[in-house]
Amino acid sequence: MATLEGIEPGRDQGHGAREIHVDGAPADGRRRDFINVAAVSFLGVGTAAVTLPLISQMNPSADVLALASIEVDISGILPGQAVKSSWRKQPIFIRNLTPAEIKSANAVAIGSLREPQTLAERTKEGKANWLITMGICTHLGCIPLGTADGENRGDFGGYFCPCHGSHYDTAGRIRKGPAPKNLEVPEYVFKTDTIVQIG
Amino acid sequence: MSFPWAEVYKPKNPLMVWMDERLPMPRLVYNAIGAGYPVPRNLNYFWNFGVLAGVSLVIQIVTGIVLAMHYSTDGNTAFQSVEHIMRDVNSGWLIRYAHANGASFFFIVVYIHIFRGLYYGSYKAPREMVWLLGLVIFLLMMATAFMGYVLPWGQMSYWGTQVITGLFGAIPLVGETLQTWLLGGFAPDNAALNRFFSLHYLLPFVIAGVIILHIWALHIPGSNNPTGVSVKGPQDTVPFHPYYTAKDGFGLGIFLILFSIMLFFLPNYLGHADNYIPANPLATPAEIVPEWYFWPFYAILRAFTVDFILPAKLWGVLAMFFSILLLFFLPWLDKSPVRSANYRPTYAKFFWILVADVLILGWVGGLPAEEPYLMIAQTATIYYFAHFLIILPILSKIERTRPLPHSISRSVLHGEAAESAPPGTATRPNAPGLGQTASA
Repeated sequence: MATLEGIEPGRDQGHGAREIHVDGAPADGRRRDFINVAAVSFLGVGTAAVTLPLISQMNPSADVLALASIEVDISGILPGQAVKSSWRKQPIFIRNLTPAEIKSANAVAIGSLREPQTLAERTKEGKANWLITMGICTHLGCIPLGTADGENRGDFGGYFCPCHGSHYDTAGRIRKGPAPKNLEVPEYVFKTDTIVQIG
Repeated sequence: MSFPWAEVYKPKNPLMVWMDERLPMPRLVYNAIGAGYPVPRNLNYFWNFGVLAGVSLVIQIVTGIVLAMHYSTDGNTAFQSVEHIMRDVNSGWLIRYAHANGASFFFIVVYIHIFRGLYYGSYKAPREMVWLLGLVIFLLMMATAFMGYVLPWGQMSYWGTQVITGLFGAIPLVGETLQTWLLGGFAPDNAALNRFFSLHYLLPFVIAGVIILHIWALHIPGSNNPTGVSVKGPQDTVPFHPYYTAKDGFGLGIFLILFSIMLFFLPNYLGHADNYIPANPLATPAEIVPEWYFWPFYAILRAFTVDFILPAKLWGVLAMFFSILLLFFLPWLDKSPVRSANYRPTYAKFFWILVADVLILGWVGGLPAEEPYLMIAQTATIYYFAHFLIILPILSKIERTRPLPHSISRSVLHGEAAESAPPGTATRPNAPGLGQTASA
């Protein structure tokens, strides 16, 4: 870099008359380093502060979260019937099991299951006939058949996924086919005997 | 490109050597905004505004892409989707306010950038292409900003669209057909909203492309400087990095502080309350005004009230477009060989009168078209054109300019007043050390 005419070399240009340390390093050197480090650090902090909202804006918005909880009236579902409902834009199965279906679900040897769970673990106490599960096959996300009358309920009388042939039993457990897990049980509570709050 | 004494990029790291032989991108950056780009050593803070404009464009593109993720381009849902952004989307209010105020700051920065060029004669040879490309960017910005203001689909959006497309309707014979074609209908509706959204998304990237040309054209002769005197040797320049990265960085900090103050404390100050009312094709707001950055042009548009051969409405439209097109001819209207107004005392006075004139136009452009504002707008409009078409050509012939400094480095060392004083006069500095080399 060119030197300014008339200013002897070795002197800090902007501060020609400033103090010079014994070891020859200008006192301003460290001050300038500090300013440099402080400025660049603050740039980092500022960038992070700006990046956070730009990332978080892609999370579910307030109106989406507001739909995260629904109430369903189950008084019209007779034993042996099932309904498909929508929760968080996803299908949910609510099934009123018959005593025979409960019996067949309880008759299975737990050890033989791909994901060992009892019917009692998958329902609420005293409400063993109400099987509430997500209507999403745990294989690749299709909606299994078996809610409407006359639909294929698979080899085990529960649900059957037509995409790749996964069979679920009357407790919504995977029994045959490629799906790795039982149908997911969402969080829910019985607000009254006939009103279920999901989510 | 650049000066022969520019520092040469020499990568030391083997990876960078490998990279340089295959895709010399770091070399390009080094030569464009690194130590390989020598810049006049005497630039003042007005030279920050090019970088600030670039940062503004980046802010607009980043926030704009985010807004497009949540916006709905449909006449029935557009307004709701903007309210959804404001209320429901995480940090949506911040991102939308940053985009709306970012547009205003972009224009503030660009206006200062343009007037900087006018004051220091940066439009003159050999930088005409830099000036012309800058004007293209300015026109693209105006189009982009206008179409962006339409998207919230509030009352101002709707009636602004009606009025601005109506400008094209003033063109004789084809005007009405043209307006219908622009809108894709007989009034602003879904078709107009969708095409405006599409173009609003596209144009910023076109602007980015023209900015690359703008910088390319700038880097051929290098930056102008406050003396307007060309660089004569290595002693006149310093490397862009770290000298001007630091100076621009400081200016950027100030810019971001001011931006944050607007963003967090006065987010709606520059907006119009009527745009929080959903678009209603059956009711016009009491008063339609464009965004503040269009006010000077809006004042020129409304200044014509008398039919003279052509209808007054058409005169207004022509004058408004010509007020910008005129600037494309500026390098050839002002033929003075002296660039900087620091050495053109009379031009400097007229420059500041022009600044005041444009501010007055902006002031009346935001007010109702009534007396006395109308007369003020007419006077200011006449002066605006007179400045470029009459005053500048005459002034560049008859003005007696001050003597220029011998070089940038000498004006830096001795002070501009002393350096431009005639040799041998008392104001000539005679400090020890300095005087010796000055006479050498």
